[in-house]
Amino acid sequence: MPVGIEIRPSAAAGNCAPRSRRVALWFVAATAAAQLTCAAQAPPASASPQGRFVVVLDAAHGGDDTGGRLANGAPEKNFTLGFSVRLRSLLTARGIQVLTLRESDTGIDANHRAELANHANAQACLSLHASESGSGTHLFISSLPSPARAGDKNAPQPARFAAWKTAQAAWVPRSLALAGVLNSALQHAGMTVTLGRAAMPGVDSMACPAVAVEIAPERNAAQQTTAELDNADYQARVAAALAAALLEWRADAWQSEVH
Amino acid sequence: MIPRHQRIIVSVLLAASLLMGVVLWQLRDRAHQRLMAGEDSAPTRAPEVAPAEQATLLVASDADNTLFSQVRLLPLPSDPGARARAVLGKLLEIYSTPDALHPAPGGAGSVTQVFLLPAVGEKDPQHPDAQLAVVNLSGAFVASHPSGLETETLTVLSICGTLHANLPRVTQVRFLVDGAQHSTLAGHADLTRTYLAAEAVPTEGSHP
Repeated sequence: MPVGIEIRPSAAAGNCAPRSRRVALWFVAATAAAQLTCAAQAPPASASPQGRFVVVLDAAHGGDDTGGRLANGAPEKNFTLGFSVRLRSLLTARGIQVLTLRESDTGIDANHRAELANHANAQACLSLHASESGSGTHLFISSLPSPARAGDKNAPQPARFAAWKTAQAAWVPRSLALAGVLNSALQHAGMTVTLGRAAMPGVDSMACPAVAVEIAPERNAAQQTTAELDNADYQARVAAALAAALLEWRADAWQSEVH
Repeated sequence: MIPRHQRIIVSVLLAASLLMGVVLWQLRDRAHQRLMAGEDSAPTRAPEVAPAEQATLLVASDADNTLFSQVRLLPLPSDPGARARAVLGKLLEIYSTPDALHPAPGGAGSVTQVFLLPAVGEKDPQHPDAQLAVVNLSGAFVASHPSGLETETLTVLSICGTLHANLPRVTQVRFLVDGAQHSTLAGHADLTRTYLAAEAVPTEGSHP
């Protein structure tokens, strides 16, 4: 139960000051007390079970940086932008606040991408990629070593001020958990998923649970392509699975905050 | 009647001409002998082929995003730098074959040099003589490498793992492209950082 804080003017001030000044002092003190009471009654936004939940979608490449070349000759930057818009629509429809780092064919520096993501104070950051190699969806998290291992009390804890190039290190356990949720949802949707760790400029500087999602053509056991990247149905299935995973991630986040 | 002094001058000039002719003949002989001596110092024996030794290659597979070890018999030079280059050359030669599990064009010539230096950073008591390998890749290899997070990461990790498997003192790996620092391999895998080689060596068939 919230407890109000009462502030009274000091006895010395009340006795020594003239009446008009005593009223002014009482008013100031009462205002301060009211503000503090309100602050004590209102829980911080992040502690709310229905609190702020933001997802950052980073459509990789753009501008002069075309990325890879897909089978139909289209550059990777076009695919990532289109998929980002598709996924944003699905997430917004589910009540999730989305910040897209790229809305058009513009080049954004890897450091600037990380700056934008970090300012958003997001609960999930997805870096979207596409490739013709491999099959299904590849999930990558940063290969930076986690500074604190579970159960190791002597291990160094994440610092308040992190080095820019290794800011993601403190978030690696959360990124692993997010990758696990994404992996489950994609596999549940019947897709091939491979997990890995990589050194990625931009993602390594993000201070949020971050996963790079690389979408490759769907192939069967004989390595025959069953769905190309430009297949709209395939894209929709991947996007739906990612949206379902992020909904679960939000539910987990709220549940852990309640506990 | 020719004056006496003119006869003396003509005689002296004639004697000087004969003397100069003799000297020139001797100089020509000496130059010829020097040329012949130079030809004698040219190598006449064919270079010896290094004996074949076992080399462990960590080969990547795009299908399941794994590295698996392959043992090959290769003629390996004794010099560690040349040895590292020969092993990596074989690895990239496998990737350039048409039926490769991890296709990457370029072949054995994609690794221009491998420099071995003392490792940087804090000294590891377990590896006091740890080394940093600087792998200089050719620009043509980087330009033609398939783009993608998975494929680029597998190439980098298989190079790091293969180096550590054959030269255990190599604990750190850095990359150059045509002798200069390069941001990424083909747009994704970071080439500006120092990779820890031991972390790239997976258990059999595991994901990197």
